[in-house]
Amino acid sequence: MGRLKVLKTYKLYIGGAFPRTESGRYYQPKAEDEKPMANMCLASRKDFRNSVVAARKAVAGWSGRTAYNRSQILYRIAEMLENNRAHFEEELILQGSSKEEATAEVDASIDRWVYYAGWCDKYTQIFGSVNPVASSHFNFSTLEAMGVVAGICPEDHALLGPTSILAPIIASGNTAIVVASKSRPLSSISLAEVLNNSDVPGGVINILTGDAQELLPHIGAHMDVNAVWYLGNDAAAWKQLQVDAAGNLKRISDINSDKGLMDAGWETPYVLKAFTEVKTTWHPIEVIGASGSGY
Amino acid sequence: MDKHKFLELPKSPPVDQVGVGDRINRVQSRSIKKSTKMEGLEMVLSMIDLTTLEGQDTVNKVRQLCAKAKRLHEPYPDLPAVAAVCVYPSMVAVAKKELKNTGINVASVATAFPSGQTLLDIKLDDVRFAVDSGADEIDMVISRGKFLQGEYNYVFDEIAAVKEACNKARLKVILETGEIGNLDSIRKASDIAIYAGADFIKTSTGKIGKAATLPVTCVMLEAIRDYYFKTGTQVGMKPAGGISNAKLALQYLVLVKETLGDAWLDKQWFRFGASSLANDVLKQIAKQKSGSYQSGDYFSID
Repeated sequence: MGRLKVLKTYKLYIGGAFPRTESGRYYQPKAEDEKPMANMCLASRKDFRNSVVAARKAVAGWSGRTAYNRSQILYRIAEMLENNRAHFEEELILQGSSKEEATAEVDASIDRWVYYAGWCDKYTQIFGSVNPVASSHFNFSTLEAMGVVAGICPEDHALLGPTSILAPIIASGNTAIVVASKSRPLSSISLAEVLNNSDVPGGVINILTGDAQELLPHIGAHMDVNAVWYLGNDAAAWKQLQVDAAGNLKRISDINSDKGLMDAGWETPYVLKAFTEVKTTWHPIEVIGASGSGY
Repeated sequence: MDKHKFLELPKSPPVDQVGVGDRINRVQSRSIKKSTKMEGLEMVLSMIDLTTLEGQDTVNKVRQLCAKAKRLHEPYPDLPAVAAVCVYPSMVAVAKKELKNTGINVASVATAFPSGQTLLDIKLDDVRFAVDSGADEIDMVISRGKFLQGEYNYVFDEIAAVKEACNKARLKVILETGEIGNLDSIRKASDIAIYAGADFIKTSTGKIGKAATLPVTCVMLEAIRDYYFKTGTQVGMKPAGGISNAKLALQYLVLVKETLGDAWLDKQWFRFGASSLANDVLKQIAKQKSGSYQSGDYFSID
């Protein structure tokens, strides 16, 4: 007699813990052979609300860390992914990738964490500036994290999707909530299991599985979300998001939605910049020109 | 002092810890929605003792708190004001002046709050100073050290003496349940406080890690209920510390209603001692009215 396979129940990742959805709902994404791949939580608006609370709580600690330390932690995520790559490749194949595609996606995901790990303590030098002003002030502008940023994953690329959203968002000191691909959600929660062992403080990254369409109105209208990054492909949903976001003037972005996640040009620091804001400081100095400086 | 005016303190009944836990589980699984929730939230607001008890309290901090007590949230001027502002004795006069003609009471902690480790005379002076400064309510602490030593009579007499010093001010007796042990001890302390003349019994100072919980409140409410059945006299209840979200506050109201009934669902008989609860309740009200989840950025700092 054949053995009955035990289907894993993938739980949500909120505030450094793995709760089931408060709604008790679940769904079973189907593999190509129409068999269910796993039991996934169908996250509700209240799960999203809880994620925002966790993410908000984590902002001060995470953005207050040194950029160097954030860089180390992002690099640690890459190390842990590398260590678990066999599992991720297997899971990607289950979700419809070929062997070659799976290997390439895991490679790209690890590299993407390393890429943004490198930017953590460098982006302010590139995008910040010292500004010439006509008074006795040393005037400089730097980029700072915005706070809580939500991201909607594209449907393809189960692992590279959440990776590509998370790495640039948290590199600058934001905390993140991502909604995984509905049809290919397994790798996002496996990624959460890796993140949970990678020195990432609880609440910095929160991952929900379920129906992004259902959650989007609540994400768009939530007053405590500072920005939303939409990488889905529904034009009507994107438009509605722009309307909902007006409530607290949260920033919404679809940066890089015109590029494929595997494209060579995907990785740029401008993605990181998209979720930061400029802060300009006027620092009083002695008489202008005394130092011979043009500033 | 005339001891005969007091009823004899009965032997406190044992508390069924498992039963209490089970009741609390049922209270917590209750779902309160829509208009019931809105009514509950407004009731919570009206029962809050807005509190600041810090070494760093300044006159302006107290004035700011009083301003908030009067008008909790500018966009919703029709919301009820809080029940009282709770401060240290040295700040009573400031609060009293700010809250003149508002109907909001001034409550003052006294009796060497929070530890209570000083002589009775000094405690009574502390109480008289607060009352003379205009306090409408006095929140005293019991001597937990004496209680733990088994000197129940001392604790009883001390509460009775403070009650006398309170004059017309209502007396809330803080048991500091986190320091006096298990539910049986909490029941014992509740009975002592009630029979010694407390107008309110209160869970905690908010100064130690273990503050108000639902099981502790349940036991104290039962002590109040038993006293009411015996004497027909109502005693108030005030959980304090650790109640920072609206959902939990609503669960307290459910527990009060089911243990004591509607007569206690009034700021005269039930209070929340809290500093950050008000903002969470306001956020929930705003969520109900606007439909979107709220952010602390749009509410006053407390």
